[in-house]
Amino acid sequence: MVTAVEERKNKFIRYKNLRENATEVLEGRAKIVIPAEKVAEAYTAMDRVRDIADAGSFAELSCEFGETDPLEFNGYSEKKKALREETGLHDAVLSGRCTVGGYPAVMAVMDKRFMMASMGIEVGEKIARAAEYAMENGLPLIIFTASGGARMQEGMLALMQMAKTSAVIERFKEAGGLYISVLTHPTTGGVSASFATLGDITLAELGALIGFAGPRVIEQTIGEKLPEGFQRAEFLEEHGFVDRVVARREMKAVLTKLLKLHNKESL
Amino acid sequence: MKAFDRVLKAREIARPKITDYVEALFTDFFELRGDGLKKEDKSIYGGIALFHGEPVTVIGHRKGKDASENIDCNFAMPGPEGYRKALRLMRQAEKFKRPVITFVDTPGAYPGLEAEMFGQSQAISESLAVMSKLRTPIVTIVTGEGSSGGALAISVADRIFMLENAIYSVLSPEGFASILWHESARKAEAAEVMKLTADDLLKFGVADGIISEDSIFANVDKALSEALSVLKKKSTEELVEERYRKYRKFDERFCGA
Repeated sequence: MVTAVEERKNKFIRYKNLRENATEVLEGRAKIVIPAEKVAEAYTAMDRVRDIADAGSFAELSCEFGETDPLEFNGYSEKKKALREETGLHDAVLSGRCTVGGYPAVMAVMDKRFMMASMGIEVGEKIARAAEYAMENGLPLIIFTASGGARMQEGMLALMQMAKTSAVIERFKEAGGLYISVLTHPTTGGVSASFATLGDITLAELGALIGFAGPRVIEQTIGEKLPEGFQRAEFLEEHGFVDRVVARREMKAVLTKLLKLHNKESL
Repeated sequence: MKAFDRVLKAREIARPKITDYVEALFTDFFELRGDGLKKEDKSIYGGIALFHGEPVTVIGHRKGKDASENIDCNFAMPGPEGYRKALRLMRQAEKFKRPVITFVDTPGAYPGLEAEMFGQSQAISESLAVMSKLRTPIVTIVTGEGSSGGALAISVADRIFMLENAIYSVLSPEGFASILWHESARKAEAAEVMKLTADDLLKFGVADGIISEDSIFANVDKALSEALSVLKKKSTEELVEERYRKYRKFDERFCGA
């Protein structure tokens, strides 16, 4: 027998988990809990901008690009054309100037719908230009990372984006700029091993998978199943590689506080 | 020659290893071990030596000459400790104004449990960031297989030379075929489309020169000597700015106003 109190408590916990990790969906009367991974898939760069930037403050940094297809890889350009229609993005990152809790910042957000937000020339270039814009205008830089890694279809020039973004971000930081890296689900491979892990401050969204190699590759290498929670945001915090794990609903408040702590005029 | 034949040549166990290059090209080599934090990672070999009488820092991936040596150095697949050792040696080179010479030959960074636990990503990104601003010349020779971020992590350089049968790529052809076509068996086809040979990379501007393998050590010696004599004439500011510009531009042909 479950008492009424226990039932309420369970309901509360379920609701709390839901609020932290998932979006509520009402189907008839029943509440459906969607797993964090599914929600992460559905959460777009535009959703992120809506939830983090102050209403109406986001001005996209325009970037005109030619077609980036250095390997002339079969079907790649067509695939990107279709994804542009579908997502409204030109490639896997959206960047702009905005205010967060009243504090000005440059924000770049990666979007998994666009080829798992893999990094090719255009993604690398947009990250580099966002950092340069922040440097020229004396603004903090916030990047929400998510990526499957380097974009295979662009071959070696995709790998070079790791060196490019790292060099530009490093120069921005040396010039005194504040770089906050927010690792979201999933951040792996060439993005994880470049600008994602170069933050002055590194936050990780609750439940996010973060790592260099993907779990399947590691399992194949070591020949055993990985422990529960391996490479999750909480695991990284425990091993000392992120400053804080933050739930999505707390993200704006945390970023606002960090921007305040670095804003000379407000202190 | 087919691209995949180059891949096979690049991986040949009989190819000279970093220890052979050290012996043939340098004198007074003194090996430096450990990352100063956690452990010694034998998949990265490094130390101080004289190159034509001038002190230099030498760093490279270490492959073995047989199975037992390869197990000992983890088949040249570094963990974070290996990259942190390389970084320690590079910072030391900067302090003592010694040029850094790196030799690249790796299937990639090690995808293991411990490597993840101790920050493989952070070790690589830090290496990329530090090399991009290191205030001393850096010259890289890709001698065998340069694969993925594990190769890039020690090759952000002022000059990159590739041996004529070396390869340098975003991932191994097997990994590429597995990711894009879910069939690692299509590795030969992958090698062809990936554009991973020295000729391809020279065209992309990733490699600055190709070294003929008819007399490997003499040719590598010549390439290194020429590159260093040019780089040493530059002021530190000029050197660092040119390196920054070189990486910043990848690849401007595709980024119209």
